[in-house]
Amino acid sequence: MKIDSKTRFSIIVLISGWFILFGVIPLVLLVITSFLTMDPANLVRLSFSLKAYSQLLIDPSYIIVFIRSVKLALITTLLCLGLGYPFAWYTARMPPRWRTSVLVLLMIPFWTNSLVRTYAMRMVLGTQGILNKALLSLGFIHTPLRIMYTDYAVVAGLFYLMLPFMVLPLYATIEKLNFQLVEAARDLGAGAASAFIKVIFPLTLPGIMAGCVMVFVPTMGLFYVASLLGGARQLLVGNLIQQQFLNARNWPLGSATSIVLIIFMAVMLIGYGLLLRRFGRGKGISG
Amino acid sequence: MNILRLFYFAGIFFYLYLPISVLVVNAFNLNKYGMKWGGFTFKWFTAMLGNHSLMEAARHSVVIAVCAASLATMIGALAAIGLNRYRFFGRKVIQGTSMTLMMAPDIILAIAFLVLFVTLGIGLGFWSLLFSHITFCLPFAIMTITGRLQDFDPNILDAARDLGASEKNILARVILPMMRPALISSWLLAFTLSLDDVIISSFVTGPSYDVLPLKIFSMVKVGVKPEVNALAALLVLLSLALVIVSQLMLKEKKNHENTI
Repeated sequence: MKIDSKTRFSIIVLISGWFILFGVIPLVLLVITSFLTMDPANLVRLSFSLKAYSQLLIDPSYIIVFIRSVKLALITTLLCLGLGYPFAWYTARMPPRWRTSVLVLLMIPFWTNSLVRTYAMRMVLGTQGILNKALLSLGFIHTPLRIMYTDYAVVAGLFYLMLPFMVLPLYATIEKLNFQLVEAARDLGAGAASAFIKVIFPLTLPGIMAGCVMVFVPTMGLFYVASLLGGARQLLVGNLIQQQFLNARNWPLGSATSIVLIIFMAVMLIGYGLLLRRFGRGKGISG
Repeated sequence: MNILRLFYFAGIFFYLYLPISVLVVNAFNLNKYGMKWGGFTFKWFTAMLGNHSLMEAARHSVVIAVCAASLATMIGALAAIGLNRYRFFGRKVIQGTSMTLMMAPDIILAIAFLVLFVTLGIGLGFWSLLFSHITFCLPFAIMTITGRLQDFDPNILDAARDLGASEKNILARVILPMMRPALISSWLLAFTLSLDDVIISSFVTGPSYDVLPLKIFSMVKVGVKPEVNALAALLVLLSLALVIVSQLMLKEKKNHENTI
Protein backbone atom coordinates (compact mmCIF):
# COMPACT_ATOMS: atom_id res chain seq x y z
CA MET A 1 0.00 0.00 0.00
CA LYS A 2 1.48 3.27 -1.09
CA ILE A 3 -1.13 5.40 0.64
CA ASP A 4 -0.80 5.80 4.38
CA SER A 5 2.66 4.39 4.31
CA LYS A 6 3.43 6.87 7.09
CA THR A 7 1.18 5.14 9.66
CA ARG A 8 2.44 1.76 8.59
CA PHE A 9 6.05 2.92 8.66
CA SER A 10 5.83 4.44 12.14
CA ILE A 11 4.24 1.31 13.59
CA ILE A 12 6.90 -0.93 12.09
CA VAL A 13 9.72 1.34 13.27
CA LEU A 14 8.29 1.56 16.80
CA ILE A 15 7.89 -2.17 17.35
CA SER A 16 11.12 -3.18 15.58
CA GLY A 17 13.00 -0.54 17.51
CA TRP A 18 11.53 -1.62 20.83
CA PHE A 19 12.25 -5.29 20.37
CA ILE A 20 15.76 -4.66 19.08
CA LEU A 21 16.66 -2.23 21.87
CA PHE A 22 15.04 -4.11 24.75
CA GLY A 23 15.01 -7.65 23.40
CA VAL A 24 17.89 -8.44 21.08
CA ILE A 25 20.57 -6.05 22.33
CA PRO A 26 20.32 -6.96 26.05
CA LEU A 27 20.66 -10.66 25.24
CA VAL A 28 23.63 -9.99 22.95
CA LEU A 29 25.25 -7.86 25.66
CA LEU A 30 24.71 -10.69 28.13
CA VAL A 31 26.57 -13.11 25.87
CA ILE A 32 29.38 -10.57 25.39
CA THR A 33 29.64 -9.93 29.14
CA SER A 34 30.12 -13.62 29.80
CA PHE A 35 33.33 -13.49 27.75
CA LEU A 36 34.79 -10.41 29.42
CA THR A 37 37.19 -10.07 32.32
CA MET A 38 36.01 -9.20 35.78
CA ASP A 39 37.27 -5.89 37.11
CA PRO A 40 36.50 -4.93 40.70
CA ALA A 41 36.64 -1.21 39.96
CA ASN A 42 34.58 -0.94 36.77
CA LEU A 43 32.55 -4.16 36.90
CA VAL A 44 34.10 -5.49 33.68
CA ARG A 45 37.17 -4.91 31.59
CA LEU A 46 36.91 -5.14 27.82
CA SER A 47 39.26 -8.02 27.23
CA PHE A 48 38.27 -11.44 26.02
CA SER A 49 38.41 -14.21 28.58
CA LEU A 50 37.02 -17.68 29.09
CA LYS A 51 37.67 -17.53 32.80
CA ALA A 52 33.99 -17.39 33.78
CA TYR A 53 33.21 -20.57 31.88
CA SER A 54 36.27 -22.42 33.09
CA GLN A 55 35.40 -21.39 36.65
CA LEU A 56 31.91 -22.83 36.20
CA LEU A 57 33.27 -26.07 34.83
CA ILE A 58 36.12 -26.54 37.29
CA ASP A 59 35.02 -25.12 40.62
CA PRO A 60 33.07 -27.92 42.34
CA SER A 61 30.97 -25.52 44.40
CA TYR A 62 29.29 -24.19 41.23
CA ILE A 63 28.74 -27.68 39.90
CA ILE A 64 27.14 -28.61 43.21
CA VAL A 65 24.74 -25.66 42.96
CA PHE A 66 23.83 -26.71 39.44
CA ILE A 67 23.21 -30.29 40.46
CA ARG A 68 21.13 -29.25 43.50
CA SER A 69 19.22 -26.82 41.39
CA VAL A 70 18.45 -29.39 38.71
CA LYS A 71 17.45 -31.86 41.41
CA LEU A 72 15.05 -29.43 43.09
CA ALA A 73 13.62 -28.28 39.76
CA LEU A 74 13.19 -31.88 38.65
CA ILE A 75 11.39 -32.86 41.86
CA THR A 76 9.16 -29.80 41.53
CA THR A 77 8.40 -30.60 37.90
CA LEU A 78 7.56 -34.23 38.67
CA LEU A 79 5.34 -33.20 41.60
CA CYS A 80 3.53 -30.67 39.43
CA LEU A 81 3.11 -33.26 36.69
CA GLY A 82 1.98 -36.04 39.02
CA LEU A 83 -0.54 -33.91 40.87
CA GLY A 84 -1.39 -31.57 37.99
CA TYR A 85 -2.18 -34.24 35.40
CA PRO A 86 -5.21 -35.72 37.20
CA PHE A 87 -6.31 -32.20 38.02
CA ALA A 88 -6.20 -31.17 34.35
CA TRP A 89 -7.76 -34.45 33.26
CA TYR A 90 -10.76 -34.36 35.60
CA THR A 91 -11.26 -30.64 34.98
CA ALA A 92 -11.32 -31.16 31.22
CA ARG A 93 -13.92 -33.90 31.64
CA MET A 94 -16.24 -31.81 33.80
CA PRO A 95 -19.34 -30.09 32.45
CA PRO A 96 -18.24 -26.78 30.85
CA ARG A 97 -19.84 -24.62 33.54
CA TRP A 98 -17.79 -26.30 36.26
CA ARG A 99 -14.61 -26.15 34.24
CA THR A 100 -14.47 -22.37 34.24
CA SER A 101 -15.06 -22.20 37.98
CA VAL A 102 -12.33 -24.74 38.72
CA LEU A 103 -9.86 -22.93 36.46
CA VAL A 104 -10.71 -19.56 37.99
CA LEU A 105 -10.20 -21.04 41.46
CA LEU A 106 -6.82 -22.31 40.31
CA MET A 107 -5.90 -18.91 38.89
CA ILE A 108 -6.85 -16.69 41.85
CA PRO A 109 -3.76 -17.52 43.93
CA PHE A 110 -1.75 -17.23 40.73
CA TRP A 111 -2.86 -13.62 40.36
CA THR A 112 -1.56 -12.82 43.84
CA ASN A 113 2.01 -11.63 44.21
CA SER A 114 4.27 -14.69 44.30
CA LEU A 115 6.56 -13.21 46.95
CA VAL A 116 3.53 -12.70 49.20
CA ARG A 117 2.52 -16.31 48.62
CA THR A 118 6.02 -17.53 49.45
CA TYR A 119 5.92 -15.49 52.63
CA ALA A 120 2.51 -16.98 53.42
CA MET A 121 3.96 -20.45 52.96
CA ARG A 122 6.36 -19.67 55.77
CA MET A 123 3.49 -19.15 58.19
CA VAL A 124 2.18 -22.58 57.28
CA LEU A 125 5.42 -24.52 57.45
CA GLY A 126 7.18 -22.94 60.45
CA THR A 127 7.78 -24.91 63.63
CA GLN A 128 5.04 -22.80 65.22
CA GLY A 129 3.10 -22.77 61.95
CA ILE A 130 -0.37 -24.01 61.32
CA LEU A 131 0.74 -27.34 59.83
CA ASN A 132 2.74 -28.35 62.89
CA LYS A 133 -0.05 -27.13 65.17
CA ALA A 134 -2.60 -29.25 63.35
CA LEU A 135 -0.40 -32.35 63.33
CA LEU A 136 0.47 -31.91 67.01
CA SER A 137 -3.12 -31.46 68.14
CA LEU A 138 -4.24 -34.41 66.02
CA GLY A 139 -1.59 -36.50 67.74
CA PHE A 140 0.27 -37.50 64.57
CA ILE A 141 3.52 -36.10 65.88
CA HIS A 142 4.83 -35.21 69.33
CA THR A 143 7.56 -32.74 68.48
CA PRO A 144 7.12 -30.12 65.78
CA LEU A 145 8.54 -31.07 62.38
CA ARG A 146 11.39 -28.91 61.25
CA ILE A 147 10.33 -28.21 57.67
CA MET A 148 11.33 -24.58 57.33
CA TYR A 149 14.84 -23.95 56.02
CA THR A 150 15.05 -27.38 54.43
CA ASP A 151 14.78 -28.53 50.83
CA TYR A 152 11.27 -29.81 51.61
CA ALA A 153 10.10 -26.29 52.32
CA VAL A 154 11.70 -25.03 49.11
CA VAL A 155 10.00 -27.74 47.05
CA ALA A 156 6.68 -27.07 48.80
CA GLY A 157 6.98 -23.39 47.88
CA LEU A 158 8.13 -24.04 44.31
CA PHE A 159 5.27 -26.48 43.77
CA TYR A 160 2.83 -23.94 45.14
CA LEU A 161 4.02 -21.27 42.70
CA MET A 162 4.47 -23.43 39.62
CA LEU A 163 1.43 -25.76 39.64
CA PRO A 164 -0.75 -23.59 37.35
CA PHE A 165 2.04 -23.48 34.76
CA MET A 166 1.77 -27.25 34.52
CA VAL A 167 -2.01 -27.54 34.70
CA LEU A 168 -2.87 -24.97 32.03
CA PRO A 169 -0.94 -26.49 29.09
CA LEU A 170 -2.06 -29.97 30.17
CA TYR A 171 -5.65 -28.83 30.33
CA ALA A 172 -5.40 -27.22 26.88
CA THR A 173 -4.16 -30.51 25.37
CA ILE A 174 -6.56 -32.79 27.23
CA GLU A 175 -9.53 -30.61 26.37
CA LYS A 176 -8.78 -31.08 22.67
CA LEU A 177 -8.27 -34.83 23.04
CA ASN A 178 -10.67 -36.96 21.05
CA PHE A 179 -12.19 -39.07 23.80
CA GLN A 180 -13.70 -41.46 21.26
CA LEU A 181 -10.19 -42.77 20.71
CA VAL A 182 -9.99 -43.70 24.38
CA GLU A 183 -13.40 -45.37 24.22
CA ALA A 184 -12.37 -47.24 21.09
CA ALA A 185 -9.26 -48.53 22.86
CA ARG A 186 -11.38 -49.68 25.81
CA ASP A 187 -13.92 -51.34 23.48
CA LEU A 188 -11.10 -53.17 21.77
CA GLY A 189 -10.11 -54.65 25.09
CA ALA A 190 -7.47 -52.29 26.45
CA GLY A 191 -7.47 -52.01 30.22
CA ALA A 192 -7.43 -48.62 31.91
CA ALA A 193 -3.65 -48.75 32.29
CA SER A 194 -2.83 -49.77 28.75
CA ALA A 195 -5.37 -47.28 27.33
CA PHE A 196 -3.52 -44.61 29.26
CA ILE A 197 -0.04 -45.72 28.22
CA LYS A 198 -0.80 -46.42 24.58
CA VAL A 199 -3.43 -43.82 23.74
CA ILE A 200 -3.83 -41.03 26.25
CA PHE A 201 -0.19 -40.53 27.16
CA PRO A 202 1.17 -40.17 23.59
CA LEU A 203 -1.73 -37.90 22.60
CA THR A 204 -1.21 -35.59 25.58
CA LEU A 205 2.59 -35.67 25.36
CA PRO A 206 2.81 -32.18 23.78
CA GLY A 207 0.97 -30.77 26.81
CA ILE A 208 3.16 -32.72 29.20
CA MET A 209 6.31 -31.45 27.53
CA ALA A 210 5.05 -27.86 27.38
CA GLY A 211 4.14 -27.99 31.07
CA CYS A 212 7.50 -29.48 32.03
CA VAL A 213 9.43 -26.81 30.13
CA MET A 214 7.30 -24.08 31.67
CA VAL A 215 7.91 -25.39 35.18
CA PHE A 216 11.46 -26.71 35.02
CA VAL A 217 13.41 -23.76 33.62
CA PRO A 218 11.86 -20.83 35.55
CA THR A 219 12.04 -22.85 38.76
CA MET A 220 15.83 -22.74 38.68
CA GLY A 221 15.69 -18.95 38.70
CA LEU A 222 13.29 -18.41 41.62
CA PHE A 223 15.95 -17.25 44.04
CA TYR A 224 13.58 -15.58 46.48
CA VAL A 225 11.80 -18.88 47.22
CA ALA A 226 15.10 -20.47 48.16
CA SER A 227 16.11 -17.40 50.21
CA LEU A 228 12.86 -17.25 52.16
CA LEU A 229 12.14 -20.93 52.67
CA GLY A 230 15.51 -22.63 52.30
CA GLY A 231 18.59 -22.62 54.42
CA ALA A 232 21.50 -20.26 54.15
CA ARG A 233 23.26 -22.24 51.42
CA GLN A 234 23.11 -21.47 47.73
CA LEU A 235 20.26 -23.58 46.46
CA LEU A 236 19.18 -22.53 43.01
CA VAL A 237 21.03 -21.27 39.97
CA GLY A 238 19.00 -18.11 40.49
CA ASN A 239 20.68 -17.54 43.85
CA LEU A 240 24.06 -18.02 42.25
CA ILE A 241 23.33 -15.48 39.51
CA GLN A 242 21.84 -13.02 41.97
CA GLN A 243 24.85 -13.30 44.22
CA GLN A 244 27.33 -12.84 41.37
CA PHE A 245 25.53 -9.76 40.10
CA LEU A 246 24.42 -8.03 43.27
CA ASN A 247 26.98 -9.07 45.90
CA ALA A 248 30.18 -10.50 44.46
CA ARG A 249 29.96 -8.16 41.46
CA ASN A 250 31.44 -10.80 39.19
CA TRP A 251 29.32 -10.02 36.14
CA PRO A 252 31.13 -12.32 33.69
CA LEU A 253 30.54 -15.28 35.97
CA GLY A 254 26.89 -14.35 36.53
CA SER A 255 26.40 -13.94 32.77
CA ALA A 256 28.11 -17.22 32.00
CA THR A 257 25.86 -18.97 34.54
CA SER A 258 22.81 -17.54 32.83
CA ILE A 259 24.11 -18.61 29.42
CA VAL A 260 24.37 -22.17 30.74
CA LEU A 261 20.75 -21.84 31.90
CA ILE A 262 19.74 -20.61 28.42
CA ILE A 263 21.48 -23.60 26.84
CA PHE A 264 19.54 -25.86 29.20
CA MET A 265 16.32 -24.23 28.10
CA ALA A 266 17.23 -24.42 24.40
CA VAL A 267 17.98 -28.14 24.67
CA MET A 268 14.60 -28.73 26.31
CA LEU A 269 12.76 -26.67 23.69
CA ILE A 270 14.49 -28.49 20.85
CA GLY A 271 13.56 -31.81 22.44
CA TYR A 272 9.99 -30.57 22.70
CA GLY A 273 10.00 -29.56 19.02
CA LEU A 274 11.34 -32.95 17.94
CA LEU A 275 8.73 -34.78 20.00
CA LEU A 276 5.94 -32.65 18.60
CA ARG A 277 7.06 -33.44 15.08
CA ARG A 278 7.27 -37.12 15.79
CA PHE A 279 3.97 -37.49 17.58
CA GLY A 280 2.07 -34.75 15.79
CA ARG A 281 2.74 -35.87 12.23
CA GLY A 282 3.99 -39.41 12.24
CA LYS A 283 0.96 -41.12 13.66
CA GLY A 284 -1.72 -39.04 12.05
CA ILE A 285 -4.24 -39.51 14.84
CA SER A 286 -4.11 -36.14 16.48
CA GLY A 287 -6.44 -34.44 14.01
CA MET B 1 -14.13 -43.19 42.87
CA ASN B 2 -16.08 -39.97 42.86
CA ILE B 3 -15.41 -39.44 46.56
CA LEU B 4 -11.70 -39.93 45.92
CA ARG B 5 -11.79 -37.38 43.14
CA LEU B 6 -13.58 -34.92 45.39
CA PHE B 7 -10.95 -35.42 48.09
CA TYR B 8 -8.22 -34.91 45.55
CA PHE B 9 -9.63 -31.60 44.30
CA ALA B 10 -10.32 -30.52 47.87
CA GLY B 11 -6.72 -31.37 48.77
CA ILE B 12 -5.24 -29.34 45.93
CA PHE B 13 -7.43 -26.34 46.66
CA PHE B 14 -6.73 -26.64 50.36
CA TYR B 15 -3.02 -26.48 49.57
CA LEU B 16 -3.49 -23.47 47.27
CA TYR B 17 -5.73 -21.50 49.62
CA LEU B 18 -4.40 -22.40 53.06
CA PRO B 19 -1.33 -20.10 52.97
CA ILE B 20 -3.35 -17.18 51.62
CA SER B 21 -6.08 -17.69 54.21
CA VAL B 22 -3.58 -17.89 57.05
CA LEU B 23 -2.06 -14.68 55.79
CA VAL B 24 -5.38 -12.82 55.61
CA VAL B 25 -6.45 -14.07 59.04
CA ASN B 26 -3.12 -13.06 60.56
CA ALA B 27 -3.53 -9.56 59.15
CA PHE B 28 -6.34 -9.15 61.70
CA ASN B 29 -4.66 -11.12 64.46
CA LEU B 30 -3.71 -9.19 67.59
CA ASN B 31 -1.02 -11.78 68.32
CA LYS B 32 2.04 -10.32 66.64
CA TYR B 33 3.70 -13.56 65.58
CA GLY B 34 0.51 -15.16 64.37
CA MET B 35 1.16 -18.30 66.39
CA LYS B 36 -2.30 -18.26 67.85
CA TRP B 37 -5.41 -16.15 67.69
CA GLY B 38 -5.02 -13.18 70.01
CA GLY B 39 -8.16 -11.28 69.10
CA PHE B 40 -9.36 -9.14 66.24
CA THR B 41 -7.54 -5.92 65.40
CA PHE B 42 -7.03 -3.30 62.71
CA LYS B 43 -3.78 -2.34 64.42
CA TRP B 44 -1.54 -3.75 61.67
CA PHE B 45 -3.36 -1.80 58.99
CA THR B 46 -2.72 1.38 60.97
CA ALA B 47 0.89 0.32 61.41
CA MET B 48 1.11 -0.31 57.67
CA LEU B 49 -0.25 3.16 56.88
CA GLY B 50 2.23 4.62 59.35
CA ASN B 51 5.20 2.88 57.73
CA HIS B 52 6.25 5.59 55.29
CA SER B 53 8.88 3.67 53.38
CA LEU B 54 6.48 0.75 52.91
CA MET B 55 3.73 3.07 51.70
CA GLU B 56 6.12 4.82 49.36
CA ALA B 57 7.22 1.47 47.89
CA ALA B 58 3.55 0.52 47.44
CA ARG B 59 2.87 3.81 45.67
CA HIS B 60 5.87 3.28 43.41
CA SER B 61 4.72 -0.24 42.56
CA VAL B 62 1.24 0.93 41.62
CA VAL B 63 2.61 3.81 39.53
CA ILE B 64 4.93 1.44 37.67
CA ALA B 65 2.18 -1.15 37.20
CA VAL B 66 -0.31 1.41 35.84
CA CYS B 67 2.26 3.03 33.50
CA ALA B 68 3.69 -0.30 32.34
CA ALA B 69 0.25 -1.83 31.77
CA SER B 70 -0.96 1.20 29.81
CA LEU B 71 2.14 1.53 27.66
CA ALA B 72 2.52 -2.21 27.12
CA THR B 73 -1.11 -2.38 26.00
CA MET B 74 -0.67 0.58 23.64
CA ILE B 75 2.56 -0.69 22.13
CA GLY B 76 1.21 -4.23 22.19
CA ALA B 77 -1.88 -3.17 20.23
CA LEU B 78 0.26 -1.45 17.59
CA ALA B 79 2.60 -4.43 17.47
CA ALA B 80 -0.28 -6.91 17.13
CA ILE B 81 -1.75 -4.84 14.29
CA GLY B 82 1.64 -4.44 12.66
CA LEU B 83 2.50 -8.12 12.88
CA ASN B 84 -0.91 -9.19 11.61
CA ARG B 85 -1.62 -6.65 8.89
CA TYR B 86 1.78 -5.86 7.48
CA ARG B 87 4.37 -8.03 5.84
CA PHE B 88 7.79 -6.54 6.30
CA PHE B 89 11.43 -7.46 6.57
CA GLY B 90 12.26 -8.69 10.06
CA ARG B 91 8.68 -9.59 11.01
CA LYS B 92 9.68 -13.15 11.88
CA VAL B 93 12.62 -11.87 13.92
CA ILE B 94 10.27 -9.71 15.98
CA GLN B 95 7.90 -12.61 16.53
CA GLY B 96 10.84 -14.77 17.56
CA THR B 97 12.13 -12.13 19.96
CA SER B 98 8.69 -11.72 21.48
CA MET B 99 8.42 -15.48 21.95
CA THR B 100 11.89 -15.61 23.53
CA LEU B 101 11.05 -12.79 25.93
CA MET B 102 7.91 -14.65 26.97
CA MET B 103 9.63 -18.00 27.49
CA ALA B 104 12.90 -16.84 29.03
CA PRO B 105 13.16 -17.22 32.80
CA ASP B 106 12.83 -13.90 34.63
CA ILE B 107 16.34 -14.14 36.01
CA ILE B 108 17.82 -14.08 32.49
CA LEU B 109 15.77 -11.05 31.47
CA ALA B 110 16.65 -9.38 34.74
CA ILE B 111 20.39 -9.49 34.22
CA ALA B 112 20.10 -8.80 30.48
CA PHE B 113 18.20 -5.59 31.29
CA LEU B 114 20.68 -4.70 34.00
CA VAL B 115 23.61 -5.08 31.62
CA LEU B 116 21.76 -2.98 29.02
CA PHE B 117 21.02 -0.11 31.40
CA VAL B 118 24.54 -0.05 32.75
CA THR B 119 25.98 -0.11 29.21
CA LEU B 120 23.70 2.72 28.12
CA GLY B 121 24.46 4.66 31.28
CA ILE B 122 20.80 4.82 32.35
CA GLY B 123 20.64 5.11 36.14
CA LEU B 124 18.69 2.40 37.94
CA GLY B 125 15.35 3.77 39.09
CA PHE B 126 11.98 4.74 37.65
CA TRP B 127 12.89 4.66 33.95
CA SER B 128 14.90 1.46 33.98
CA LEU B 129 12.09 -0.20 35.93
CA LEU B 130 9.42 1.12 33.58
CA PHE B 131 11.22 0.06 30.39
CA SER B 132 11.84 -3.42 31.81
CA HIS B 133 8.26 -3.87 32.92
CA ILE B 134 6.85 -2.72 29.58
CA THR B 135 9.18 -5.13 27.81
CA PHE B 136 8.30 -8.22 29.78
CA CYS B 137 4.57 -7.43 29.64
CA LEU B 138 4.65 -6.69 25.91
CA PRO B 139 4.66 -10.28 24.57
CA PHE B 140 1.63 -11.11 26.73
CA ALA B 141 -0.17 -8.00 25.51
CA ILE B 142 0.62 -8.89 21.90
CA MET B 143 -0.60 -12.46 22.42
CA THR B 144 -3.89 -11.36 24.02
CA ILE B 145 -4.61 -8.75 21.33
CA THR B 146 -3.52 -10.94 18.40
CA GLY B 147 -6.02 -13.58 19.52
CA ARG B 148 -8.78 -11.02 19.17
CA LEU B 149 -7.50 -9.61 15.87
CA GLN B 150 -7.55 -13.01 14.26
CA ASP B 151 -11.28 -13.32 14.99
CA PHE B 152 -12.06 -10.25 12.89
CA ASP B 153 -14.04 -10.51 9.73
CA PRO B 154 -11.56 -9.13 7.15
CA ASN B 155 -14.50 -7.96 5.00
CA ILE B 156 -15.20 -5.22 7.52
CA LEU B 157 -11.73 -3.79 6.94
CA ASP B 158 -12.09 -4.07 3.17
CA ALA B 159 -15.46 -2.35 3.39
CA ALA B 160 -13.87 0.50 5.37
CA ARG B 161 -11.16 0.85 2.77
CA ASP B 162 -13.63 0.74 -0.14
CA LEU B 163 -15.58 3.49 1.54
CA GLY B 164 -12.45 5.61 1.44
CA ALA B 165 -11.06 5.30 4.95
CA SER B 166 -7.36 5.95 5.30
CA GLU B 167 -5.13 3.47 7.13
CA LYS B 168 -5.09 5.79 10.13
CA ASN B 169 -8.88 5.96 10.12
CA ILE B 170 -9.23 2.22 9.77
CA LEU B 171 -6.99 1.77 12.80
CA ALA B 172 -8.67 4.43 14.90
CA ARG B 173 -12.30 3.91 13.95
CA VAL B 174 -12.63 0.24 13.08
CA ILE B 175 -9.86 -1.86 14.56
CA LEU B 176 -9.38 -0.10 17.90
CA PRO B 177 -13.07 -0.12 18.94
CA MET B 178 -13.35 -3.78 17.97
CA MET B 179 -10.27 -4.59 20.04
CA ARG B 180 -11.60 -2.96 23.19
CA PRO B 181 -12.26 -6.15 25.21
CA ALA B 182 -8.82 -7.50 24.31
CA LEU B 183 -7.23 -4.21 25.30
CA ILE B 184 -8.86 -4.36 28.71
CA SER B 185 -7.81 -7.98 29.31
CA SER B 186 -4.33 -7.14 28.14
CA TRP B 187 -4.17 -4.20 30.53
CA LEU B 188 -5.32 -6.31 33.47
CA LEU B 189 -2.85 -9.07 32.64
CA ALA B 190 0.04 -6.62 32.29
CA PHE B 191 -0.94 -4.85 35.50
CA THR B 192 -0.91 -8.16 37.39
CA LEU B 193 2.37 -9.29 35.84
CA SER B 194 4.00 -6.00 36.72
CA LEU B 195 2.75 -6.05 40.29
CA ASP B 196 3.74 -9.69 40.68
CA ASP B 197 7.29 -9.31 39.46
CA VAL B 198 10.02 -9.82 42.04
CA ILE B 199 13.03 -11.03 40.12
CA ILE B 200 13.35 -8.42 37.38
CA SER B 201 12.54 -5.53 39.70
CA SER B 202 15.19 -6.55 42.19
CA PHE B 203 17.87 -6.16 39.51
CA VAL B 204 16.79 -3.08 37.60
CA THR B 205 15.84 -0.63 40.32
CA GLY B 206 18.03 1.28 42.70
CA PRO B 207 17.69 2.62 46.23
CA SER B 208 16.12 5.81 44.84
CA TYR B 209 13.03 3.94 43.68
CA ASP B 210 12.15 1.12 46.05
CA VAL B 211 9.23 -1.06 45.01
CA LEU B 212 6.94 -3.31 46.98
CA PRO B 213 8.41 -6.77 46.33
CA LEU B 214 11.89 -5.56 47.27
CA LYS B 215 10.65 -3.79 50.35
CA ILE B 216 8.64 -6.83 51.46
CA PHE B 217 11.58 -9.11 50.70
CA SER B 218 13.97 -7.14 52.86
CA MET B 219 11.39 -6.79 55.65
CA VAL B 220 10.42 -10.46 55.93
CA LYS B 221 13.91 -11.89 55.47
CA VAL B 222 14.58 -11.24 59.13
CA GLY B 223 11.22 -12.38 60.52
CA VAL B 224 7.47 -11.89 60.64
CA LYS B 225 6.26 -8.35 60.09
CA PRO B 226 2.59 -7.83 60.89
CA GLU B 227 2.30 -4.72 58.72
CA VAL B 228 3.43 -6.85 55.82
CA ASN B 229 0.58 -9.24 56.64
CA ALA B 230 -1.86 -6.36 56.43
CA LEU B 231 -0.45 -5.19 53.12
CA ALA B 232 -0.35 -8.75 51.76
CA ALA B 233 -3.99 -9.22 52.72
CA LEU B 234 -4.83 -6.09 50.74
CA LEU B 235 -2.87 -7.44 47.75
CA VAL B 236 -4.81 -10.72 47.94
CA LEU B 237 -8.09 -8.79 47.90
CA LEU B 238 -6.86 -6.66 45.01
CA SER B 239 -6.02 -9.70 42.90
CA LEU B 240 -9.37 -11.24 43.80
CA ALA B 241 -11.08 -8.08 42.54
CA LEU B 242 -9.01 -8.16 39.34
CA VAL B 243 -9.95 -11.77 38.64
CA ILE B 244 -13.63 -11.00 39.16
CA VAL B 245 -13.46 -7.97 36.86
CA SER B 246 -11.70 -9.91 34.13
CA GLN B 247 -14.20 -12.77 34.42
CA LEU B 248 -17.10 -10.34 34.15
CA MET B 249 -15.46 -8.76 31.11
CA LEU B 250 -15.16 -12.13 29.48
CA LYS B 251 -18.80 -12.89 30.14
CA GLU B 252 -19.87 -9.52 28.82
CA LYS B 253 -17.83 -10.09 25.69
CA LYS B 254 -19.44 -13.48 25.13
CA ASN B 255 -22.95 -12.12 25.65
CA HIS B 256 -22.18 -9.29 23.31
CA GLU B 257 -21.00 -11.69 20.65
CA ASN B 258 -24.07 -13.83 21.08
CA THR B 259 -26.37 -10.90 20.43
CA ILE B 260 -24.55 -10.16 17.17
